[in-house]
Amino acid sequence: MSSMGLYEDRVKDFDWSISEQELEYGAGGMYNIAFYCTDRICQKGLGGKPAFIWEGFSGHVKQFTYDDIRVHSNAIAQFLQNQGLEPGDRVCLFMDRIPELYIGFVGVLKMGAIAQPLFSAFGEEALFTRLEDASTKAVITTRKHLGKVRRIRKDLPALATIIVVDAGEKSLEPGEVAFDMEGAARVEDFDIYKAGPETPSVLHYTSGTTGKPKGALHVHSSLIAQYLTAKWVLDMHPDDVYWCTADPGWVTGTSYGIIGPWANGVTQVVLDAGFSAQNWYSFAERMKVTVWYSAPTAIRLLMKEGMDPVQKHDLSTLRHLVSVGEPLNAEAVIWSEKAFGRPFHDSFWQTETGSIMISNYPGMRIKPGSMGKPFPGITATVVNPKTFEPVQTPGTVGLIAIKPGWPSMFRAYWNNEQIYNAKFKNGWYLSGDRASIDGDGYFWFVGRDDDVINTAGHLVGPFEIESALLEHPAVAESAAVGKPDPINMEVVKAFIALKPGYVADDDLTMDIMNFIRKKLSPLAMPQDIEFVPSLPKTRSGKIMRRVLRAQEWGEDIGDVSTLENE
Amino acid sequence: MADDLKPTILAYVKKEYLDEDSDEEITTGTRLISSGIVDSFSMVSLKRFLEKKYAIQIPDADASPEAFDTVDSIASLVIRFQAKA
Repeated sequence: MSSMGLYEDRVKDFDWSISEQELEYGAGGMYNIAFYCTDRICQKGLGGKPAFIWEGFSGHVKQFTYDDIRVHSNAIAQFLQNQGLEPGDRVCLFMDRIPELYIGFVGVLKMGAIAQPLFSAFGEEALFTRLEDASTKAVITTRKHLGKVRRIRKDLPALATIIVVDAGEKSLEPGEVAFDMEGAARVEDFDIYKAGPETPSVLHYTSGTTGKPKGALHVHSSLIAQYLTAKWVLDMHPDDVYWCTADPGWVTGTSYGIIGPWANGVTQVVLDAGFSAQNWYSFAERMKVTVWYSAPTAIRLLMKEGMDPVQKHDLSTLRHLVSVGEPLNAEAVIWSEKAFGRPFHDSFWQTETGSIMISNYPGMRIKPGSMGKPFPGITATVVNPKTFEPVQTPGTVGLIAIKPGWPSMFRAYWNNEQIYNAKFKNGWYLSGDRASIDGDGYFWFVGRDDDVINTAGHLVGPFEIESALLEHPAVAESAAVGKPDPINMEVVKAFIALKPGYVADDDLTMDIMNFIRKKLSPLAMPQDIEFVPSLPKTRSGKIMRRVLRAQEWGEDIGDVSTLENE
Repeated sequence: MADDLKPTILAYVKKEYLDEDSDEEITTGTRLISSGIVDSFSMVSLKRFLEKKYAIQIPDADASPEAFDTVDSIASLVIRFQAKA
């Protein structure tokens, strides 16, 4: 029997108090997520249970019990306090997927600061934009990434402290301190910050069509939704070995790579290594993974390798498979049934929603290619893009909209109330994604409603890429759009008009690609560059990305009456 | 023959994929993909460099994480496609 039971029964009489009662949320005035991920599990007598098994690329394995993560996160929290950090300060975690990232996240929450995880592959410009916007007070990082932080530090007046978790013999500069999590004294008791349900907890940056990336701010009571969706959608049982392949630099990696599994008291495993089918299957086999939460891009890469590597491993412990990040195509669902004897269940949610909104549930009939149905307690629909009224006819494409008020809904965009308010129309939160609903209530994804590029499940903003491109000496103007890709769904393509005197050739193409990769991230690097004499613009001079995007997707370019050079 | 290529490829990897302030030492046997020095997106630019530099075409099917995991294995891949060219 699944943790959820029958979806239809759960929908009928659902109330979020189910989650609050199971968590005993708020007992003793405690609302802090960190308590529920560590101390509470220990208080239930599970302190000796493995909470986290980590394997590095070289095969080095580290194991931490719930009591270990409790005392290590206590030590981190105390260390941060000793550095003068206070509740509400933004503390950035900028590391690869090492234990200090996961346990450090909990430590930051324990002392009341706001955790700001950032993807460690970000280049210094992407990092700077996000640290500057949040007025981040401290960065926790490693030697590998310290150089990027050092190079931008002089322009970040709010950044008081850089904490290096693997400093070793490296000489540190003023304002930098070393902290060795495993070498530090265990701190048995720490006075966990008495956060309220609405106290800010996590700040995740996400990309939009225009302007800089926006910081979606979450609060401690997001736990109510994260705990129950992890239990029901990911079907977590006490004896599960759970593997979430997402990086905590993105929201899946915190909501379901830290908070969900640890609040449920399950054992989670992490492989900190680059992708290869052989490594992934071997890891799942050795760790006896039972529940696997991954992404369509990874599943398609596994499909590409075929059945041979699957058959060389004993993957019989796998019990439940779930996917997130981009639409899961029907072929991947069907392949997974053939390869693993069970389908991947697609799930849909966003940085802003904080937890799963729409999904296929254990025990519910899957329609391959469909996103599934709204989680109990979530009122989701598709609305007409002009009137923002729910569409009535099944199969009609509209905007995915969710009735505000679920526990993990973002409470603000950092420093950007105007854009936050614009996300709500006619009493609905607008996701920016388009879909239709069939006669049985299943949602079917169609695409984005804006120019944001979804590459391998990560949203990349065209404006950020175009701004960075303009810093290249050869670029006069540019437009970045998503181009179809069989593995990553979309990859970035840049259209570039060069300044006089520059020649469009392979060397310049590579130079521009590497320029963006280092400045922003590998995800933002254009995988294709087309040099053009000029870009299509409106009469007011705005670049019409949609014309270029339609060209890439072979779609109708629509109304071009405002095109300047038509 | 592969030994002639390795210093060039290693120098390129150091220049393009290691942070300019990194104190990380890498050799021709260092695992690049497994360790995250080069990820699947960055492989695109590395493949492009190899194709341009050595006037070869590497089909996507051959540009696997295993083939790109070390400078040694990359050099072998380049030799194989130079022979086909």
